[in-house]
Amino acid sequence: MKSITRQKSLEDIMRMLQGLDRIFIIGCGTCATMTRTGGRDEVLDMKQKLLDTGKMVTGWTVIPTACDDMTEVSLNDIGGTIKNADCILVMSCALGVQKVGSYIDKIVIPALDTLFIGVEDGTGNFHEVCDQCGQCVLGYTAGICPITACHKGLLNGPCGGTNDGKCEVDKQKDCAWTLIYRRLEAMGRLDLMRQYQPIKDSQVVPRPRITLIPQGGGL
Amino acid sequence: MKPNFKEALKSKEFIVTSEIGPPKGTNLEKMRHHIDILKDSVDAINVTDHQSSVMRFPSLGGCLEIREHGGEPILQMTCRDRNQMALQADLLFAHSRGINNVLCLTGDAVPVGDHKQAKGVFELDSVQLLHCIRQMESGKDLGGNDLDGAVGFCAGAIVTPEAKPIEPQLIKFEKKIEAGAEFIQTQAIYDLENFSRFMEFARQFPVKILAGIVLLVSARMAKFMNENVPGIFVPQNLIDELASVPKEGALKKGIEIAGRMIAELKDNSICDGVHIMAIGREEVVPDILAASGISRKPTA
Repeated sequence: MKSITRQKSLEDIMRMLQGLDRIFIIGCGTCATMTRTGGRDEVLDMKQKLLDTGKMVTGWTVIPTACDDMTEVSLNDIGGTIKNADCILVMSCALGVQKVGSYIDKIVIPALDTLFIGVEDGTGNFHEVCDQCGQCVLGYTAGICPITACHKGLLNGPCGGTNDGKCEVDKQKDCAWTLIYRRLEAMGRLDLMRQYQPIKDSQVVPRPRITLIPQGGGL
Repeated sequence: MKPNFKEALKSKEFIVTSEIGPPKGTNLEKMRHHIDILKDSVDAINVTDHQSSVMRFPSLGGCLEIREHGGEPILQMTCRDRNQMALQADLLFAHSRGINNVLCLTGDAVPVGDHKQAKGVFELDSVQLLHCIRQMESGKDLGGNDLDGAVGFCAGAIVTPEAKPIEPQLIKFEKKIEAGAEFIQTQAIYDLENFSRFMEFARQFPVKILAGIVLLVSARMAKFMNENVPGIFVPQNLIDELASVPKEGALKKGIEIAGRMIAELKDNSICDGVHIMAIGREEVVPDILAASGISRKPTA
């Protein structure tokens, strides 16, 4: 499971760097390295781009896992080059950006947009597999999530846009409900698809989502 | 025009509905013109709800116009743009203003339309919207609270008989009927053999089926739909038929084809009625009906 990211345009990044001339760059050795959006090569590439625009790069590092608690230790080890910076440009997913921001009293700038939490398939592509909706229906859908695999997140079957097993939004993408149908049919369990699925609760854990552990333990 | 679509559905008569698309803007002249043409020719008029995810004057507004002009509207309601509170509020308003028919739709995807960055809501799907209506009719809203004045609707839904694969569609079709759909308007059908097979299946359910008839205006349009519109299949013989006439005669040929299909559906009692979608050429709907041999005299 990986946090899937995409680099922001240099134009977007420069807009956020307005008035901030001395920059420290942080990459991430885990997800952003795998997706080639914030690993060592991308950090060095970003460094050069910033230098080309006339910015000063006070230093850079690639933290093993930016979202981990060990990030604090990594940051403390760096010392001066971070202290001399006006801001930190973080080339990790938003989890890493927030983690870095929680340890440093400086502006943190995200260089990446976090798109989804995905798993890799055999072709090197990443798929979103869970929306963390809080009401899992995989038991009715042959293990295929209709929330993330269907463009509209439909719970009771395909829409009229289903097109030879593909989605009306993008012919490259499969229709989730065709996949669900085929798998359930093969299992002889189409009865599951015939069951009415009620409207989901959109407030299972109202935002901000925090688990409050009750006294005595357990969630 | 019959005053009440629900009564018309109960009758043994062949039902005819058609539809209008509201304008993009506040100039309602053309829509009113279409209402004037259709209101005495058909049993009820659908008003599309931001069809193809293109932002327009609302379906509810179009339905009010039909009511004010003495017609019978069918409110098309998609789940794309409203959460459960907004959907229910619109249903309360519709009922209060004499809009008694609702067609429950999931709605097209946002990216196919003209506000590509808009948020698609889809909190409900079409089956759940049907359940919602039935619950509101019992005097309770979706929160379980009492309504001070319940609603009452003739609720319908759609099906795509040409969808591939068809089996998942049929399962959803059954769920719509279990959820209380009283009528079904189908996506455009052209292959009557395939449609008859669908009807053999559909006949076992207590629901009225109106076959979708989309007016073909050229061979090019037919080919375009085959390539680009999911769930529509125009057989080659119809494309050839359209191509066999000079360009200026294509519309007339399209009217003839639509009329012929309707006559075949009616004369062979294949389904309970038709839903004619003339897509911008609503003025020819009476011509299509005339070509089919169905004559509707204004009730005046």
